[in-house]
Amino acid sequence: MADRNPAPDTPELRERWGAFEFTESYRERADKAIARYPEGRQRSAVMPLLDLAQRQVGEETDTQGWLPLPVIEYVADYLDMPVIRVLEVASFYFMYNMKPVGKYHVQVCGTTPCMLRGSDGLFETCKKRGMSKGHVSEDGLWTLTEVECMGNCATAPMVQINDDNYEDLTPERLDAILDALAKGEQPKTGTQEPGRHTSEPANALSSLEKMAEENHDYRSEW
Amino acid sequence: MLADKDRIFTNLYGFQDWGLKSAQQRGDWDDTKSLIARGHDHIIEEMKASGLRGRGGAGFPTGLKWSFMPKESKDGRPSFLVINADESEPGSCKDREIIRHDPHKLIEGALVSGYAMRARAAYIYIRGEYIREAETLQVAIDEAYAAGLIGKNASKSGYDFDVFLHRGAGAYICGEETAMIESLEGKKGQPRLKPPFPAGAGLYGCPTTVNNVESIAVVPTILRRGASWFASFGRENNKGTKLFQISGHVNKPCVVEEALSIPFSELIEKHCGGITGGKDNLLAVIPGGSSVPLVPAEQIWDAPMDFDGLKDLGSGLGTAGIIVMDKSTDIVRAISRISYFYKHESCGQCTPCREGTGWMWRMMERLRAGDAAIEEIDMLQQVTKQVEGHTICALGDAAAWPIQGLIRHFRPELERRIEEHNTKFVETAA
Repeated sequence: MADRNPAPDTPELRERWGAFEFTESYRERADKAIARYPEGRQRSAVMPLLDLAQRQVGEETDTQGWLPLPVIEYVADYLDMPVIRVLEVASFYFMYNMKPVGKYHVQVCGTTPCMLRGSDGLFETCKKRGMSKGHVSEDGLWTLTEVECMGNCATAPMVQINDDNYEDLTPERLDAILDALAKGEQPKTGTQEPGRHTSEPANALSSLEKMAEENHDYRSEW
Repeated sequence: MLADKDRIFTNLYGFQDWGLKSAQQRGDWDDTKSLIARGHDHIIEEMKASGLRGRGGAGFPTGLKWSFMPKESKDGRPSFLVINADESEPGSCKDREIIRHDPHKLIEGALVSGYAMRARAAYIYIRGEYIREAETLQVAIDEAYAAGLIGKNASKSGYDFDVFLHRGAGAYICGEETAMIESLEGKKGQPRLKPPFPAGAGLYGCPTTVNNVESIAVVPTILRRGASWFASFGRENNKGTKLFQISGHVNKPCVVEEALSIPFSELIEKHCGGITGGKDNLLAVIPGGSSVPLVPAEQIWDAPMDFDGLKDLGSGLGTAGIIVMDKSTDIVRAISRISYFYKHESCGQCTPCREGTGWMWRMMERLRAGDAAIEEIDMLQQVTKQVEGHTICALGDAAAWPIQGLIRHFRPELERRIEEHNTKFVETAA
């Protein structure tokens, strides 16, 4: 089980987040999420609403965002749920940040398939840049987290940074990506292997060659 | 090797656009109305005849699963289809390719399958970390609604059917079907005791079937080409084509669709450019995602990659997420890292799993360094047996099996490390 506690409930936390409410655009998205579930089942929307709340906190703090207790209370109120039911959801799922994080949340996959392809070197790269697991770097730019399998095993090793994946990494490639992000640039996402498109055998396509050239319809060959 | 014309996921690698128009040019949503017009029972019978077994890991016959759903609602409760896109098993990365490159196969499959089992809607539960993939899928769903393919009078079939997307938020356990239902209801993803089974009382207490993404996405093609076409691939009881995902120590890791029962060697040589350092450098393979026991090199090389072939080797096909390890691998560390994964992902509900996964991981870390007594290998084996079969869901089993596989095949290596450690200890003391 992952060890996850909410950030302490302090007067400063209340002061900063006590008046949190969804902006109009977030409210619209929240209500759209609630409408996906049957009437009387609005509680099902607690996960999308926590995600939205974290994103809005992120925008307000120029980070990936997190869930201060008053924000969790706001979501509970929005869905007419007991606060503890929302808190237990927030603390159960790993993607809800229970503590503040940096502008970029560098989530390095350390599970076996990535480990076999060199994720140790990626952690080294992060450490060399002053990151340490679970902490925000001094410049506020980075939080490093070791995450469990992200489902990119055929393009391992990989890192997810906020909403994007960077795959087929080497320490040098990761360094280049982090440099670009630090400069405020958006690096190319997905695989970093030259010549590779996604999860095909890199530069050695073994099937579906026609699809690489045109939107081929195979039905005439059925 | 499977011919390209017999591949279901022709845009697997995303060389072409995933949008509705391009998908239609490839054959998706082609007269879906006529597929539905065949009737609920006919579709289920066809799926049974195709031999399709669930692609999420357990391999339960898909058509049979659907037949457990009620034929009529006696009390007004609707039925639901829940599609499991919570792909989180280490080594598995196939559903992601379907979702981001061929989402319309999944949505059309949802409609046809949902109709067959008389569901009123499908909820697609996608893992939270698939952020861009979820964005793509939502746009594809919106496209399908806008074109009248789903929603009221879906594809002009006279059947009303909704498809909703639900994003998870980082919990492997939600891939277990009842945990997924709990999560969809807005709770912690902790598995339910069965019975009642979801087909009787699932989502919101209504009849529910949970199917894997791949199982659903292949349905329209099977219906179009016929059960006998699908059943022409693979050995008896292991029919059809399947997405294999090969990671680890091969020259060209990839995702590829192949016929079930393809020999391991052929899969590796034809699609993955061989083992790094050559065939003789292969140490062991985890053939079905992290939860199945590893298979040593000499046993896996000629084995047919299917449910029964791998069961015969004391392992399993699982999700067909194949983790290849060459002789440079620290095999104890590789398995210990899997133990850590299960410790991290245990939901904490059942004591044997909550306590056992942590204990097993700590023991594995000691074995990694050899800092243990020889007898502790047997103790670890016994503890895995205490966890296995004593929990509500299969996560306990999944945590136990990789360790059992390691002890079965690499016991001498574990003993060697202990002896080496002890020798060093004695030398230091002297």
